[in-house]
Amino acid sequence: MDIKLKVRRQNPEADDKPFWKDYAVEVPEYYTLLDALLKVREEVDETLALRCSCRSHICGSCGMRVNGHAALACKTKLSDLDQETVTVEPMGNMPVIRDLVVDLEPFWNKLYSIKPYLQPATDPPEREYVVPNETMFHLDGVVNCIMCGACVSDCESLSVNPIFIGPTAFAKEYRFVLDPRDAADRERLSQMNGPGGVWDCTHCFQCVEVCPKDVAPMDRIMAMRRMMMDMGMEQHNGAKRANAFMDLVGTYGRLDETRLLMRSVSGLGELMSFSKVGFRALWKGKLPPLKPHRIAGAPAVRRILERARNQRPRRFKVHQAQEEGVRA
Amino acid sequence: MKYAFYPGCVAKGGTPELYQAMTAVGERLGLELHELTGAACTGAGVITERDPFAGDVVNSRTFAMAEQLGLPVMTICSTCTGVMMGVKSRVDAHDDYRERVNQLLADEDLHYSGQTDVKHLLWVLVEDLGLDKLKAMVVNPLHGMRLAPFYGCYVVRPSKDVDPLRLGRMGYLEKVIEALGAEPVEEYRGKDKCCGFPLLETNRRGSLALTGKRLAEARDVGADALVTPCPLCHLNLDGQQPETPDAGRVDAMPVMHLPQAIGLAIGIPPERLGLHRHIIDTKKILAKVAVAG
Ligand code: SF4
Ligand code: SF4
Ligand code: SF4
Ligand code: SF4
Ligand code: FES
Repeated sequence: MDIKLKVRRQNPEADDKPFWKDYAVEVPEYYTLLDALLKVREEVDETLALRCSCRSHICGSCGMRVNGHAALACKTKLSDLDQETVTVEPMGNMPVIRDLVVDLEPFWNKLYSIKPYLQPATDPPEREYVVPNETMFHLDGVVNCIMCGACVSDCESLSVNPIFIGPTAFAKEYRFVLDPRDAADRERLSQMNGPGGVWDCTHCFQCVEVCPKDVAPMDRIMAMRRMMMDMGMEQHNGAKRANAFMDLVGTYGRLDETRLLMRSVSGLGELMSFSKVGFRALWKGKLPPLKPHRIAGAPAVRRILERARNQRPRRFKVHQAQEEGVRA
Repeated sequence: MKYAFYPGCVAKGGTPELYQAMTAVGERLGLELHELTGAACTGAGVITERDPFAGDVVNSRTFAMAEQLGLPVMTICSTCTGVMMGVKSRVDAHDDYRERVNQLLADEDLHYSGQTDVKHLLWVLVEDLGLDKLKAMVVNPLHGMRLAPFYGCYVVRPSKDVDPLRLGRMGYLEKVIEALGAEPVEEYRGKDKCCGFPLLETNRRGSLALTGKRLAEARDVGADALVTPCPLCHLNLDGQQPETPDAGRVDAMPVMHLPQAIGLAIGIPPERLGLHRHIIDTKKILAKVAVAG
């Protein structure tokens, strides 16, 4: 089949700006994008820079943006894309070293910042740790991470907030928080409660969508938010929002954005910063009624929410394992 | 075509013009909408964040109400849709889990069998009504307008939940815009990215930066306006637009709700679509469209 690869290239030392270069190649049906790029490099243009190693989605080296979204080139079959032209760009949120090769140093630094190693409460046992199987099952999904950086490449929050810890490191943090051998849960979680932490995630699902290993980093972030709130870390605007939301839906059956905002932000100053937006809305006849109307079944909704919440076990490590069971 | 209509809180709260436009458009398109007035908020992902089981129960309650009517649910909010599809992916697939959910619904004599279909208006237009029929109803084609599609995260991701049969739902908005006679701005990179709404209370600066970025990307490719199937996106892209970092220094970008764009093309007067109730003036759009009465 004939295919055109439209590749964004740049050698930051020589070029001021990235430029597009098209390569037309004929390849067999079964080719992956990586196969095609390697063919280009071998037969058409030896200056094209890219990274790869295993060619079988294990090593995590060949992350790049394919038609706008991060993917592993070796896991992307050209016949699946079903397009004559495929756009190939380096991953985002990381500086380009050359062409499709990006600098992963910031990526690794974020990962190191969460202390990606066990911090047990006691001295290590003489031989290996022994833990019951059930307490590790639910970590299967996270330990599958191959550190390819695809999630970080497409992370929306990171694109506007450089101190954001980012999906890979959060997924790794979750892995240690829920590891029965690690005892630094509280410390780990309280670090995630500040600037750049879990509440700075914009819940956009990009990391979930692009991850080639179904690690679902955002789901882990949401789980950590939950654990933090369950542990009583409820001062952050995000936690206040979650609690207020539950309460408003329990009261009215529906959401009232104005009340939610009032109960989620901290202090008058922050509230005032929203006042212009509110006045403009009022002027256009857009603001919800002062007293939100209650849906017909509101009391039933409250009962349901309360009963559902009472089913939450106190010990979150156990609870999490159950939740993961449902997700699988 | 009959649906159990789930407007969502925002269409009845912060963006009343959406509800207004949907009602007018639904009638004209021949959609019979039975509003689920007793259904609760989906939780917008926040109830799920606080307590996933509670979120699953509250939404299953809505599905059970639709089941009583024997109708599929129709939504007009990307967020509602995504939350519901996520719930379905857990509750529909696991009988014993659904049993646990149903135990809490029994109080109200509700029961969810795991069969209720959920469809955003956008999907209804393409999959149930059909683009040809929509095209045939256009009396006032939006020729000469470059409309940038803005999906809203939850109606496109995670694709395994919102497009399990791989129907190519990411792509419908462009098709609908085209059917209305306008030019969909295909090269708009912001179309499936985040508008920043979920950061509104937790990181306002980041939220506004994302909003500003999405608007700038639309300006850069010469869009006349954005069209969105998500009222929460609208709250940010329209309502917060004056607060974005480069507001005032650049041209304002009007943002239309999907039913408003349809309404204009099928000849519903702009006042009935609530186009005067936006924060960013929509006169620019109306001037481009030769408005028919
Ligand atoms: S969900 Fe959060 S962590 Fe994942 S890509 Fe979006 S902002 Fe980043
Ligand atoms: S979480 Fe997924 S996308 Fe992110 S680095 Fe790990 S394997 Fe790659
Ligand atoms: S998701 Fe949003 S619009 Fe939908 S019901 Fe909930 S708050 Fe309302
Ligand atoms: S774009 Fe933003 S507001 Fe819209 S659905 Fe996505 S996260 Fe929500
Ligand atoms: S080359 Fe190893 S993951 Fe693609």
